[in-house]
Amino acid sequence: MRYQPVNLVRWILWGLTALVMIVLPLIFTKGFAITLMSQMGIAIIFALSYNMLLGQSGMLSFGHAVYSGLGAYIAVHALNMASKGQLWMPVSLLPLVGGLAGAFFGVLFGYVTTKRAGTTFAMITLGIGELVFSCSLMFPDFFGGEGGITTNRVFGQPFLGLTFGPAVQVYYLIALWCLASMALMYAWSHTPLGRMANAVRDNPERAEFVGYDTHKVRWFTLIISAFFAGIAGALACINFEIVTAENVSAIRSGGVLFAAFIGGVTFFFGPIIGACLFVYFVVALSDHTKAWLLYLGLFFMLMVMFAPGGIASLIMMQLPVIARKRFRELLPHYARTGAAGVLVLAALVLTVEMTYKVSVDSANGTVMNLFGVEFDAASALPWLLAIALWIVGGWLFNAARRRLANAWGEIQADIAGARA
Amino acid sequence: MTAALELAAVRKSFGKTEIIRGVDLAIPRGERHAIIGPNGAGKSTLFNLISGRFPVSTGAIRLNGEDITRLKPFQINRKGLSRSFQITNIFHNLSVFENLRCAVLWSLGYKYSFWHRLDGLADARRRADEVLLAIGLESRRNRPAGLLTYAEQRALEIGITIAGGASVILLDEPTAGMSRSETAHVVELVRRVTEGKTLIMVEHDMGVVFGLADRISVLVYGEIIATGTPTEIRANAAVQEAYLGKEASHA
Repeated sequence: MRYQPVNLVRWILWGLTALVMIVLPLIFTKGFAITLMSQMGIAIIFALSYNMLLGQSGMLSFGHAVYSGLGAYIAVHALNMASKGQLWMPVSLLPLVGGLAGAFFGVLFGYVTTKRAGTTFAMITLGIGELVFSCSLMFPDFFGGEGGITTNRVFGQPFLGLTFGPAVQVYYLIALWCLASMALMYAWSHTPLGRMANAVRDNPERAEFVGYDTHKVRWFTLIISAFFAGIAGALACINFEIVTAENVSAIRSGGVLFAAFIGGVTFFFGPIIGACLFVYFVVALSDHTKAWLLYLGLFFMLMVMFAPGGIASLIMMQLPVIARKRFRELLPHYARTGAAGVLVLAALVLTVEMTYKVSVDSANGTVMNLFGVEFDAASALPWLLAIALWIVGGWLFNAARRRLANAWGEIQADIAGARA
Repeated sequence: MTAALELAAVRKSFGKTEIIRGVDLAIPRGERHAIIGPNGAGKSTLFNLISGRFPVSTGAIRLNGEDITRLKPFQINRKGLSRSFQITNIFHNLSVFENLRCAVLWSLGYKYSFWHRLDGLADARRRADEVLLAIGLESRRNRPAGLLTYAEQRALEIGITIAGGASVILLDEPTAGMSRSETAHVVELVRRVTEGKTLIMVEHDMGVVFGLADRISVLVYGEIIATGTPTEIRANAAVQEAYLGKEASHA
């Protein structure tokens, strides 16, 4: 029997996570970095709550932003009431208000959506998402119309010296809620309901024949998931001090699906990676290039085609290799494939950026700057360079990839042989 | 004494086609009862009606004297009736141990709890490990169920069925697709794990049926043409003509 009451590795991992969250803003002190990390914290909660549905319970939702968005709206109204003195509530507890609001709408909408699984569930969530979004235009008093509802997170007397004025204070508030939410969602996945959600995902019929009402398993799971989505919504409300209809939109719902998927839905930590990457793409990359959405789309496509288990599964695939001390053999292959991949990426970036320059942005002239090098996108030389990069990079990448695949196959065969 | 399971004038139609045409059957507690009959006789449909997978058209089904005719599968299961499937029906991505633990959670009263830590539930672990031992899959404890061999999956299917402690067990062709030695193994397993329970099984292998069953019912075209002990069924002329005779001439 391999039952362990205390799992040391688990505690170390959680401790490290907490440590990283505490230390990061001491290393990256720039305002932009703090903003980026705050948004990552919010996205992590949102993506993990989404994965309670998709990865753990097999429910593909196209309307998860309904819960985070409505949580954010209730939170923004609560915050405004608190700042007017109509309600006693410290800012640090606002996420709880958002969470309860999310859970309330989970009770309401979830009852309907979770009656069926699969495609029916997906379609109904899409419908409810559109319904709530259209309501945002019909009830301007609550949703604030096109301008949204603004608020101010700084009011009243500072609590323990905290005003939540400076961005770094908001970061630590988000980090604290993020860590607690992560721990609670992880704990949920190891409860009877969490395990039965896995069972219902795998085989709903069998779950019914061991005594479980699959509708209730899905519904209760969705309520808890909506609770955490609401926490994320309220934190976004504190962070941005504005909530607009975009918070409940299909774009938001699509974004979280995206984040969970590229991170990997089959492992608990997958959506954490996905959320960080997604925020990086949206916030950082959009500062550098107009084509960020194109890169994001390409990245998503490549992940779906070549690593459907997401980044988490790519990491987990290495573990048996590392455990058998064979990882060293793969390193040169990874290095070669990676280097060739950089060439292909350079070819892609050069082509895309030049195309944007000459087509969308040509009014400002065709001279452009890429990685510190200035050149004219209308001249032939950079295009020839791009073609050369495509050919050489593509050839090298293909060769390196093949050798990597062979080496991988050999090691896997050895591992399988050793097992048998 | 009330019967463990009682069917009264049960009928089932799909569209205009009547598949079950008035079945009356009473199975006393502790009996091992086999339902045999040619392909398409309605054996699996009968199981689906009893377990609540399909609603009956007319008639009544009683479990330990209590009417369960209109109940859903999970409600029937909670009242103490559990079934297996002809096509293996397990939780493929969960480990063998988790499959069994899922099967015991409701019966131990944990319901939809999200405040208990699974690994802290000693009773669930103990019960799941007992069943694991009983079905002989201890060495496969942490393997994903989808990676088991066919025979192992069939054993797990039986394990999931009995794990919740149901008093009435329905097994749908437990030996289907198995070799002779595997079949002998399953018969031994079924005999052991259904000790003291009421067992109703659909089975094609006549060796298994006559070796295991206390009584046998013969279902032909949605009707039970005979019910009796193995000896009585062997001697029944109508049965020989409708079913056994045909089988024998094939063999």
